[in-house]
Amino acid sequence: MRNLMNITDLSLEEIDELIATAEDIIANPKKYENACDHKLLAALFFEPSTRTRLSFEAAMQRLGGRVIGFSEAGSSSTAKGESLSDTVQTVGCYADIIVMRHPKEGAPVVAARRAGVPIINAGDGAHNHPTQTLTDLLTIWRSKHTFEGLTIGLCGDLKFGRTVHSLVAAMARYSGIKFVFIAPEELKFPRYIIEEELDTRGIEYKEVTSMEEAMPELDVLYMTRVQKERFFNEADYIRLKDTYILTPDKLEPAKKDMIVMHPLPRVNEISVAVDDDPRAAYFPQAKNGMFIRMALIMKMLEVTV
Amino acid sequence: MIIGQIKDGIVLDHITAGKSMDIYNVLKLGKLDCSVAMIQNATSVKMGKKDIIKIGTLLDINLDVLGYIDPGITVNIIRDGKVAKRHHLWLPERVVGVIKCRNPRCITSTEVNAVHEFRLADKEKKLYRCIYCEHKAERK
Ligand SMILES: [Zn+2]
Repeated sequence: MRNLMNITDLSLEEIDELIATAEDIIANPKKYENACDHKLLAALFFEPSTRTRLSFEAAMQRLGGRVIGFSEAGSSSTAKGESLSDTVQTVGCYADIIVMRHPKEGAPVVAARRAGVPIINAGDGAHNHPTQTLTDLLTIWRSKHTFEGLTIGLCGDLKFGRTVHSLVAAMARYSGIKFVFIAPEELKFPRYIIEEELDTRGIEYKEVTSMEEAMPELDVLYMTRVQKERFFNEADYIRLKDTYILTPDKLEPAKKDMIVMHPLPRVNEISVAVDDDPRAAYFPQAKNGMFIRMALIMKMLEVTV
Repeated sequence: MIIGQIKDGIVLDHITAGKSMDIYNVLKLGKLDCSVAMIQNATSVKMGKKDIIKIGTLLDINLDVLGYIDPGITVNIIRDGKVAKRHHLWLPERVVGVIKCRNPRCITSTEVNAVHEFRLADKEKKLYRCIYCEHKAERK
């Protein structure tokens, strides 16, 4: 029995395998509609995340399986003071697989020790969110058909954004990758991740403060939200926020086959005018999220069609 | 070195100067009935200054814990006034139940029965990370 805590728990071969399954699901959805017949998935959301929960529920139901669970801690036994370990051990008696989201970092590691069934981490605080990264990988693959030799721009809040940290850790395992970090001084990509993931492998990267400088060379532009509360004062936020909003003008010098990604939900960091540009990949990205979760659930349940 | 009065016991030698008190506390040597001697800032050819602890009983010591605190220590097991065995320590792969994760967002801060556990992440830097949240262990 396997668990998925972190994207790097998966080997490159396993990622390839998941992507191949997802591609086959996209091409032949009918073939998979009974793949998880009579299987039960428990979605334990100790903090709300409607988007992720719906994606998992849709994935399981499209495989013919069923879903139980709760969508916030207030309605669970945790509110009565039960330990996470006990909650999960109980649910493990009913369900075949558990998907959990928890505000505390490392919560799924505790859960996995007692669950007795596979656990998928659907986000543990600001720590890991591997199915978001799998979603991102599938989106890149569907557009580029390779993970090698790509120049990936990451823009916005690179300091606190766990999705960009995981994506960098995942992409750093492929050859010929180059990263361009586009962020204000206050929200720069963490030095320790650069040292541990990039410097140790000799991976090329550069840090810039404006999108315009980076745009022409990018194959992928990954946008994130710049949140007001990350700044010490309002003036800095107002001064910087427009710099990190993607508009059709800023997209002008980009490659014709570059893709724009965003984990969603967006606030205003991508202008709505960009949505109709063929390079906008953020809504297909959400759909890919469901397909890759279908592939993952099948792998973890060890079902084949 | 001079073993002194110990017939059966343990001598912890080559302790980094200033660390003997930490070791005294972690090994809970204050709770023993036997004689315990602590020598601080002894002169050492190899280290300049070092600390030494002599314990007058064959205590079962968790060498992983000791290795985590100070991997340079030599553990001498004394039997009948002679060194019967000598262990050179190493940085352990895992440190279980000794240090606590200080990350307030870590699951160990709320899940009271979770055992605090760290793994060796970088040998050169002697860096340990929490197995749950991956935060660095804070050394004194
Ligand atoms: Zn921790």
